[in-house]
Amino acid sequence: MKRVNLFLGHYGSGKTNVALNYAFDLKSQGLNVSIADLDIVNPYFRTKDSQKELEQAGIELVALPFAGTNVDLPSLPAETYGLVMRNDKHVILDIGGDDRGAYALGRFTPYILEENNYDMFFVVNFYRPLTRNAEEAMEVFYEIQQAAGIKFTGIINNSNLGEETTAEDVERTIPLAQNLSEMTSLPVVMTTVSEKIFEDVDCDNKFMLKLQKKYY
Amino acid sequence: MAEKVLMKGNEAIAEAAIRAGCKHYFGYPITPQTEIAAYMAKRMPKIGGTFLQAESEISAINMVYGVSGSGKRVMTSSSSPGVSLKQEGISYIAGSDLPALIVNVQRGGPGLGGIQPSQSDYFQATKGGGHGDYHLIVLTPASVQEMADMTILAFDLADKYRMPAMLLADGTMGQMMEPVELPEPDDIKVYEKPWAVTGTGKKRQHNIINSLYLDPEELEKTNFERYERYKTIEENEARYESFMMDDADYCVVAFGIAARVSKNAVIAARKEGIKVGMIRPITVWPFPKKPLAEAADKVKGFLSVELSMGQMIEDIKLATECKKKVELCNRVGGMIPSPEQVLESIKKLAGGND
Repeated sequence: MKRVNLFLGHYGSGKTNVALNYAFDLKSQGLNVSIADLDIVNPYFRTKDSQKELEQAGIELVALPFAGTNVDLPSLPAETYGLVMRNDKHVILDIGGDDRGAYALGRFTPYILEENNYDMFFVVNFYRPLTRNAEEAMEVFYEIQQAAGIKFTGIINNSNLGEETTAEDVERTIPLAQNLSEMTSLPVVMTTVSEKIFEDVDCDNKFMLKLQKKYY
Repeated sequence: MAEKVLMKGNEAIAEAAIRAGCKHYFGYPITPQTEIAAYMAKRMPKIGGTFLQAESEISAINMVYGVSGSGKRVMTSSSSPGVSLKQEGISYIAGSDLPALIVNVQRGGPGLGGIQPSQSDYFQATKGGGHGDYHLIVLTPASVQEMADMTILAFDLADKYRMPAMLLADGTMGQMMEPVELPEPDDIKVYEKPWAVTGTGKKRQHNIINSLYLDPEELEKTNFERYERYKTIEENEARYESFMMDDADYCVVAFGIAARVSKNAVIAARKEGIKVGMIRPITVWPFPKKPLAEAADKVKGFLSVELSMGQMIEDIKLATECKKKVELCNRVGGMIPSPEQVLESIKKLAGGND
């Protein structure tokens, strides 16, 4: 388990949801966990929406005070430096979508590389229209990697169709994730599955998404 | 059957527009609709289309005006303040009898307002917005699937009646993600456009696209003719969804995100024994006057649920000729009514009569 855990991926691939669930998972293992919202792309549906759940679990949330307000300002919380530079905590960084979102990570890259105790996950949902197969996903993968200035260390298959997702829907994407794994020489570190269908999905490295923020 | 994909509402609009044969997009970024432009910027070059980020919303709508005159499917999108800027161009497009799609993913106003969802551009969308006597066909999606379906429907209706159509969504509809089934391009209707400015080939008279008439009598005539067409549209194209209205004593009226919230409230009220139903206008121009007029003879009262200070409520009162009371349940400024708030309003409405 690395100290710094970075979640990047295509716009709308489910980074925030996976990062949140990962934070809760680390916490349940007894670790001291902080999560930072570095999304400079998305105006709605942010890590901060889960503030209450995070507080209850004792997970520190670093987010801009105006995330989710009318201030549409692409800036980063200064406390992020503290999270990246002081090494007494496990840190989860939720980065905005695509290469544009990944640029936000750039200013922390030197510190992360220097400490060299990180994992950077590529979150992919093969049901998203611009990443329908491994080839399309790989295009996004390299765009993001270049913008971030750090190399990915693993792939998270977060393929889903929202609430309608069936076990078959998830299983159908397993070969696609394997293709991407072969093309990038990186392991599929987890396949996310919602609690409802968790038992029905047959695959390695299943990761249960317990928290599912429901809006309207 | 087409396979399902998981899309944001904004992306669904963009992809559906491309599939509807729209190869020309002109816009300017504004939250919460920027994904439409971003998606078009990625996709249009790959299909030989045009994506152009204009220097302003005013430029963008006038580029739409130009392309529409050549008979091509064309669109622009923005959010509330940007749509205000487009109004002059929209009036010119309506005055020139041209089809086009304008998308408004509404945010809180007035003025710069905020980036959170709103429905307070209802008057602007349905009562003109720009100058002169004209209408837009205005569609109000309430799911990501409808964002896609109604984009295509809007192009079809615009072409059919030679007039601009508007997709009136809100920030939530634009930003939320749901599974969508997209249509195959074979299912797309193609309309003949003999009026388009495409070159005469020396075989016919020039087509002229213009909204300026030197003779007032002629201008009056075009207005009369246009309103004859509007009458046909009002008779044939008013769309709505009726939910649990068969035995309803009360009728909730809501569109878009407000209808999603209200549906939950209606179900909750039914569980508490209140006979309530909902009429969800799908077109807000033409407004579904007929089902509301019919409901006015059956129910004891109406509840208009809106993300505005009460705009659609006026159309409800007109459609029902004020036969029954019409109450308002609303949040504004980027806030959304909760199902509990709507339920409370339903109870209050019912409490007055039972």
